[in-house]
Amino acid sequence: MILAKTGNEAFAYAMKQINPDVVAAYPITPSTEIVQLFSNYVSDGEVDTEYVPVESEHSAMTACIGAAVCGCRVMTATASQGLALMHEMLFIAAGLRLPIVMAVASRSLSSPLNIHGDHSDSVASRDSGWLQFFCETVQEGYDTLIQAVKIAERANLPALVGIDGFILSHCQERIETLEDQVVRDFLGRRKPAYNLLDWRNPILVGPATLQDYYFEFKRSEIEGMNQVLPIIEEVQAEFGRIAGRKYPVLEEYRCEDAEAVVVLMGSACGTVRVAVDRMRAKGKKVGMVKLRVFRPLVHSLLKKSLVKFKKIGVMDRVDAVNSYGGPLFTEITSVLYDTDERPWVFSYVYGLGGKEFTPEDAEMVLEQVLTGKEDELVTYVGVR
Amino acid sequence: MRELKNDPFLDFFRVDERFPHILCPGCGIGTTMATMVRVFLDLGIKQDELCVVSGIGCSSRVTGYLDCDTFHTLHGRALPAATGIKLARPDMKVVVIGGDGDIMAIGGNHFIHSARRNLDLTVIVVNNFTYGMTGGQYSPTTPTQERAATAPFGNVERSFNVCFIARAAGAMFVARSTTFHVAHLKKMIQLALQKNGFSVVEVISQCPTFYGRYQGLGDAVKMLEWLKTRSVDVEKVANPWSVKDRFVIGVLHDQEEVPPYSQLYQELRNRAKEK
Ligand SMILES: Cc1ncc(C[n+]2csc(CCOP(=O)(O)OP(=O)(O)O)c2C)c(N)n1
Ligand code: SF4
Repeated sequence: MILAKTGNEAFAYAMKQINPDVVAAYPITPSTEIVQLFSNYVSDGEVDTEYVPVESEHSAMTACIGAAVCGCRVMTATASQGLALMHEMLFIAAGLRLPIVMAVASRSLSSPLNIHGDHSDSVASRDSGWLQFFCETVQEGYDTLIQAVKIAERANLPALVGIDGFILSHCQERIETLEDQVVRDFLGRRKPAYNLLDWRNPILVGPATLQDYYFEFKRSEIEGMNQVLPIIEEVQAEFGRIAGRKYPVLEEYRCEDAEAVVVLMGSACGTVRVAVDRMRAKGKKVGMVKLRVFRPLVHSLLKKSLVKFKKIGVMDRVDAVNSYGGPLFTEITSVLYDTDERPWVFSYVYGLGGKEFTPEDAEMVLEQVLTGKEDELVTYVGVR
Repeated sequence: MRELKNDPFLDFFRVDERFPHILCPGCGIGTTMATMVRVFLDLGIKQDELCVVSGIGCSSRVTGYLDCDTFHTLHGRALPAATGIKLARPDMKVVVIGGDGDIMAIGGNHFIHSARRNLDLTVIVVNNFTYGMTGGQYSPTTPTQERAATAPFGNVERSFNVCFIARAAGAMFVARSTTFHVAHLKKMIQLALQKNGFSVVEVISQCPTFYGRYQGLGDAVKMLEWLKTRSVDVEKVANPWSVKDRFVIGVLHDQEEVPPYSQLYQELRNRAKEK
């Protein structure tokens, strides 16, 4: 079906079709609508979900963990301070290998207080052991949320699917949706690796492991993450068969013969496409590499793609204060360190706190990368 | 330097920079804010001797409009921030203002522990029975059965009585008023500010945009009438804690003062220094 939906509406609609067993959430701008609209599906009897409106995000994630430990399919949504408040529990969800799926309408972190979109909330959760997807469009958000459930359950790891706050969460797009039944058949039921409520096989969840086993548990969690990429590709292929839409983990846009490219994640990819088209029309050899998956870090794919270019601009919609360039920049430079080609890589930080990032800004960045003259390590795009 | 406007009331607000405010027409938060400022003026509390602290929410927005030291913290975290301020500057008057969500839900733990410690400050809880800022979800004070964005068929949870909890947790002074009873509200805030110790004023306030709409209470004027007719003075009831379906207004608890936390802490420091 073709529908007009905002990012939040599309997420809520996808959640309705996923029909999770439990949703626990606390409202926060700009993600409030996701669960708000979802709660209407609950009250209208369109889903079988137990919906728990708790008193903080910390409790929301904790309730999700409680339900997931019992074998349920569990979802939630949040943003910004909400995600920050969940931080403690994010590690628990990943450590217990619980495939909770969370929709995030990315928003900057305080202080100063700001409700608009950037990636500081999700990226601050980077090391918690969650899979992280960043989407360019509402359609991609809808499709990715559905896929994330399957990926998370196969990998036994939690997953976060992000759309940029307001830019996607509140803007309407034409999207193609699947039939409810198609989504439900695609996902089937969750087959948990363990279930606390299985009284025939009592288990202990969350006990202390000190020097005896802690490191081994962590190592196996890391190994779990290392093995996710083939699962993502498998699920994407399966999804492509039912939906006819495919999203590579890493997309090269007009990169053939490109001398300079920019790498980035999220809604600004759309902006950069426009800039690339304009510059290509003027005969400039520029392109874009779009990264959809931030965790696991797809280092082999990144390496294979990026060694082809001489000059690369890495664009971060978040700054990791006083690190050696933006968070994605540092990842990419380490990926490229042991290559013979060693392209030039420049760091660009843009759009913090929802600061507008226009095609003209993108052209400016591409132009700079093309000429390759950078005096500063990081360029802060458009800052006064 | 602050530019004087020759009107002490207006001088308390950042009229030029921050107005018009973002509150909905007919919201009770403006009434609460103005009444609070009038009490500051009456008591001669100077702008430079006062720090107003809030979390996040429509009610918590108040700090942005005042021209004195203010700290707009995180959702639910006004009281811990205020604790630090009071300990660093025991000479300052510290006032916390926030909504029922901010103070009783996400920050509920801080509320009971601040009361238990008898922190020397005043908390003004603007109770509109809902999370106004995020669109009218039910809060811990939404009465059972009532409707909200997250409770289209009625809230199944039981609700908190803010004043009862404050008293049980150890507050020195507890009062309730409403945004209809402005003179009364002023009196209650005044008494609270004069108390040495943890004092709480619960202000029942109208949120016509969400709570009013979900309950079918009508516009702001109708809601004010509702506040008027639903309220009963504490003097007129036998046991204020057992009254249901009415807002019992007045001083509900006023106990003999015991030394507040900031004082005990200072004394401890002095003793430790002597050793
Ligand atoms: C950690 C965190 N979670 C959620 C929010 C979103 N949020 C902002 S205000 C608010 C509730 C406000 O309700 P209340 O405190 O009762 O104040 P009111 O708006 O009704 O005056 C929420 C949930 C937030 N800012 N931070
Ligand atoms: S939403 Fe409600 S509480 Fe918030 S400003 Fe509007 S009327 Fe007031």
